[in-house]
Amino acid sequence: MAMLEIKDLEVYYGIIQAIKGISFEVKEGEVIALIGANGAGKTTTLQTITGMLPAKAGNILFEGQDITKIPGHKIVSMGMAHVPEGRRVFAQLSVYENLKLGAYTRKDKEEIAESLQRVYQSFPRLEERKKQAAGTLSGGEQQMLAMGRALMSKPRIILMDEPSMGLSPIFVEEIFNIIKEISASGTTVLLVEQNAKKALSIADRAYVLETGNIVLSGDAKELMNNESIKKAYLGE
Amino acid sequence: MSFIAYLINGISLGSVYAIIALGYTMVYGIAKMLNFAHGDVIMIGCYVVFTTMSGLQFNPLLSVLISVVVCTVLGITIEKVAYKPLRKASPLAVLITAIGVSYLLQNAALLVFGADTKSFSSIITLPALKLADGKLVISSVAVVTVVTCLIIMTGLMLFIKKTKAGRAMLAVSEDKDAAQLMGINVNGTISLTFAIGSGLAAIAGVLLCSAYPTLTPYIGSMPGIKAFTAAVFGGIGSVPGAFIGGILLGIIEVLGRAYISSQLSDAIVFAVLIIVLLVKPTGILGKPIHEKV
Repeated sequence: MAMLEIKDLEVYYGIIQAIKGISFEVKEGEVIALIGANGAGKTTTLQTITGMLPAKAGNILFEGQDITKIPGHKIVSMGMAHVPEGRRVFAQLSVYENLKLGAYTRKDKEEIAESLQRVYQSFPRLEERKKQAAGTLSGGEQQMLAMGRALMSKPRIILMDEPSMGLSPIFVEEIFNIIKEISASGTTVLLVEQNAKKALSIADRAYVLETGNIVLSGDAKELMNNESIKKAYLGE
Repeated sequence: MSFIAYLINGISLGSVYAIIALGYTMVYGIAKMLNFAHGDVIMIGCYVVFTTMSGLQFNPLLSVLISVVVCTVLGITIEKVAYKPLRKASPLAVLITAIGVSYLLQNAALLVFGADTKSFSSIITLPALKLADGKLVISSVAVVTVVTCLIIMTGLMLFIKKTKAGRAMLAVSEDKDAAQLMGINVNGTISLTFAIGSGLAAIAGVLLCSAYPTLTPYIGSMPGIKAFTAAVFGGIGSVPGAFIGGILLGIIEVLGRAYISSQLSDAIVFAVLIIVLLVKPTGILGKPIHEKV
């Protein structure tokens, strides 16, 4: 059984159809990349999965349970975290307060403290700056904070939307290494990226979105050698 | 001595403004809307106290408690019925709705309680405080008002800093979508904010009517506008800002009335607001948001 299964999903913005009946699945332990150009519907897909946008038709199943109509705020406690596009850290709150909010739905204080230590281990920079307002961090640091904050909910699957956007090459490298680590620690990853080359290099499988449709899918290594992918997304 | 007496009066009036301003500033912070019906919730609160205390002969404290409950429920209801359906509408539509709700409450009060002025008997019947051989007399209402305001402020700041619901409020006020991704119930948090603001409005109403004991369906609007001014003055969205803005506004109003002109006191208040906003558009404690991208 797939961990996350999307069936014939349709999403509209008013009368404009953004997602035109897509289906895909994410199995436990996988890193799945969703790639495509600007406006293809990648962010919309993620936002619909975590209840930020309503689905017009189709189903979203998480661990066998239909979550299509479940209110967004209830999804994180089911084990699904979402690192949104543009990081969306709470700029006026401190790094520590941001991380604490990541564990908002959890109750066990000791376990939360443990998760906090683990996040500080993965992102030592966040511990150095734990008292600093999140808005004063650099873009790369904010991305780390957004990821750390998502990890604080102890998710079984983590959805990441354009984690490398606007970052310097060094930070991009670091962020992708961290995604690999997150995956190695047993968390399933659904990754949306415009940086298709990078995304394919760490993904197991990938789906290619084009104007609301999935036009290609398959093994990430194979897709990297696909001629049309090379032309359209890898700039070769 | 009279200066000190005026000053104390000003602080007391300002404390009422501060409590009302909290309602404006918290709702603005969370829902990014100006709830112009807030002043009229105060008026409803006053009528509830008046009816239960003078009419039904309830114990004053019980009356206040009932009033707080009624206003809290009223605040939540207004939000659910009038504002929640407009969550994605333009700010202008929400603003006009708020003005509509304000008139609705005023006219409902007119219908139920009549247009005649009721005289409100103060719920505070303690003797006045006499200092400096009786040269300085501080009314018990003033003392109770200032103390109540300080308690509310401290309580609210602790609530926001220390409780989970408080932190949820901070998160929602910064970014609703991101807050929801943390598992925060955004609609619930907005309801809670309206509940707190409206409950506080009831307390402010009682204090206001105890100091100025006439009751009509329109008594909420002027203090409402002034408290809104105080909220902007202090930096809208900031809880300590509402406190500072409220107190300063009260002092300016009372001193202006005493030393400059009693007719012009309101004009002076708003003139000061305009000057402050010209110099510091975000208000005294309001901070422009610095965001690195």
